[in-house]
Amino acid sequence: MTTLSRRTLLQAMGTGALATALASLPTFAQDRTAIRIGYAVSKTGANAGGAGISTIPNYLLWVDDVNKAGGLELSKLGVTLKLEVTEYDDRSSAEETVRAIERLATQDNVDFILPSWGTGSNLAAGPTFDRFGFPQLAGTAVTDMAPQLVQRWKNSFWFLGGGHDYANALVDLLVKQRDAGAINNKVAIASVADGFGIDLSKAATPAFQAAGFELVYDKTYPLGTSDFAPIINEVSGLGVDTFVAFSYPPDTFALTQQAVVANFSPKIFYLGVGTAFPIYPNVAGPNHNGVMGVGGIDPDSEAIAAYFERHTALVGQAPDSWASAVTYASLEILGQAITRVGDLDKSAVAAEIASGEFDTILGKVKLVDNQLRALWTVGQWQDGKFVGLAHTEGKAAREPVVPKPAWVPAS
Amino acid sequence: MIFLIPLLALAALAAVPFFVGAYPLGLGIGILGYGVLATAWALFSGPTRYISLATVAFFGIGAYTVAVLADLMPYPLVLLCAALIGLVVALLVGLATLRLAGIYFVIFTFGLAELARQLVTYYEVNVTRTLGRYVFLPIGPEHIYWQLLGLLAVTLALAFWISRAKIGLALRVIGDDPVVASHLGIGITRTKLALFSLSAVVMTLAGAIQAPRWTYIEPSIVFNPTVSFLTVIMALLGGPNRLFGPLLGAVPLFLLFEWLSANFPNHYSIILGLLFIAIVFLLPNGVLAAWDKLTARFKNNEARA
Repeated sequence: MTTLSRRTLLQAMGTGALATALASLPTFAQDRTAIRIGYAVSKTGANAGGAGISTIPNYLLWVDDVNKAGGLELSKLGVTLKLEVTEYDDRSSAEETVRAIERLATQDNVDFILPSWGTGSNLAAGPTFDRFGFPQLAGTAVTDMAPQLVQRWKNSFWFLGGGHDYANALVDLLVKQRDAGAINNKVAIASVADGFGIDLSKAATPAFQAAGFELVYDKTYPLGTSDFAPIINEVSGLGVDTFVAFSYPPDTFALTQQAVVANFSPKIFYLGVGTAFPIYPNVAGPNHNGVMGVGGIDPDSEAIAAYFERHTALVGQAPDSWASAVTYASLEILGQAITRVGDLDKSAVAAEIASGEFDTILGKVKLVDNQLRALWTVGQWQDGKFVGLAHTEGKAAREPVVPKPAWVPAS
Repeated sequence: MIFLIPLLALAALAAVPFFVGAYPLGLGIGILGYGVLATAWALFSGPTRYISLATVAFFGIGAYTVAVLADLMPYPLVLLCAALIGLVVALLVGLATLRLAGIYFVIFTFGLAELARQLVTYYEVNVTRTLGRYVFLPIGPEHIYWQLLGLLAVTLALAFWISRAKIGLALRVIGDDPVVASHLGIGITRTKLALFSLSAVVMTLAGAIQAPRWTYIEPSIVFNPTVSFLTVIMALLGGPNRLFGPLLGAVPLFLLFEWLSANFPNHYSIILGLLFIAIVFLLPNGVLAAWDKLTARFKNNEARA
């Protein structure tokens, strides 16, 4: 009895080993039926909200767009192949992200890997992308460390700038308004005590002080705060014309509602992540008009308008007006780089991404030192669009409306 | 002979990184990581039956220590500091709380993990004004694997020694009946404190060793409560009162989770929840105990026949 089961076991193990060996044989280009794209994104957990708005819809849209157009042409192999996706849920855990990339690279043998959402997961994934030589297109990571990270991981590309970009742009814009006499010298800042809020307030506080603003309120609130009445009540008595909150999505909405309820309507009302979300106008009602925030789009761009339409048709909602278009553009760059190289050589594609100029929905794009430096930094809701007021390369899409319209009281 | 087999097994496991690719090695790190945590958890919670959900508090403290000190001193010294900090925290916490029993202890330990997370966040936000920290150490996956393997071996050796030493017997008496234990003259709090601290130091080291794998450390990354829950369920599945019980829970469960997340990425959480319920209902004392019961019944039948 024992001998038999042992033999069966050994046979099973032998078959298993053979199957594994066969599965890991290299596939030849002639046998290819598709370009394999793999990604592990946060479908559950703390990052699911952000990933569900800025990352996953754009991955779906890009694959859909490319496949509808017939696929990507690989001239060196003489074929045009469609994209085939392998996707996992990293459950918002850094350890899962790392292991999912290892699985995609060595078990699923994908040709290219797209990163997860957020600064933390992109940094956690950096060494693993680097080890396997995959280009990493970080479309949703905001980090001032990008120049150093590029030195460390040659195939990493950073598309969303750093905290200083956004903070300095905001301060520059406010200086102009102050010098024009539109606003007074007093500023209140409330920041969420988490990555984004701290990064931005760390950059903004000294920039405001250097510009001669008086910071009458500069405090953080804990992640997960739901009652903003104390903050709004305190700030509304300080006589500020400018209220800045480096906030996260649920707070961004709650701060707006609380400010309306308390009838605290400063001339400049600036909020963080979430202001550019398509649901913001639904949350704020008529009061979304004139609210400023991080990000922005070019309202006159036909490419962006067409992108909004395709996105809405496929996903059922419009994209956000900050990281979405940037993420989609990073994928367009990947697709064009693959076509130019003409095969699936990862390092050649990475070299092309680093050096080439690309046609994207953001216009013509050329990366500088592996970073996208042409960014919308400050936006404002005007006529139903979150238009860019400030751009790192200096061309504003619209003039800011200051003061913003007074709140319409909640009925 | 009895020492030869474990040593041979250890040597064989240590050679694994030379023969396997990145993904199996990643699996190995995951299995060893949870193996260490589950074994360390069972060190204290097995005999005393105190369900602790503080695993991730110590795990996170270890990871943060590495993030803060990595640039300031050589790596072995960083690990030593992490162990010391874990020990001090465990002693403080243990002194304050090990008089609690039952559900109060469970709730307190869960709160402790959250408290550690909020304290670190508060400190980083208000004092250093950075929330994420970068860990750039020249430590590859194979180094992490070897360190975890070493830690697991030491933890198992400690568990083996404790189960045979006086302190192990004392702990079992406390777990069975604290009143009897105190009448026997066992220093209940002192004994529990010693084991709680030992288990906490191992957990702290497990976090410290794995920190370089993530590059970027944030409170929400390293104080993830799922780690505490998975540790408990693994130890319970294997059987927290056996030397290799927690390990026997960690290996199959980890592989199962991995298989589930690779094949059912959209239903993972639902299946996981059902699995937890099934384990608690069907195998309350772990698979090893269930196996013993099964073989005992088999033998009884034979004897009767």
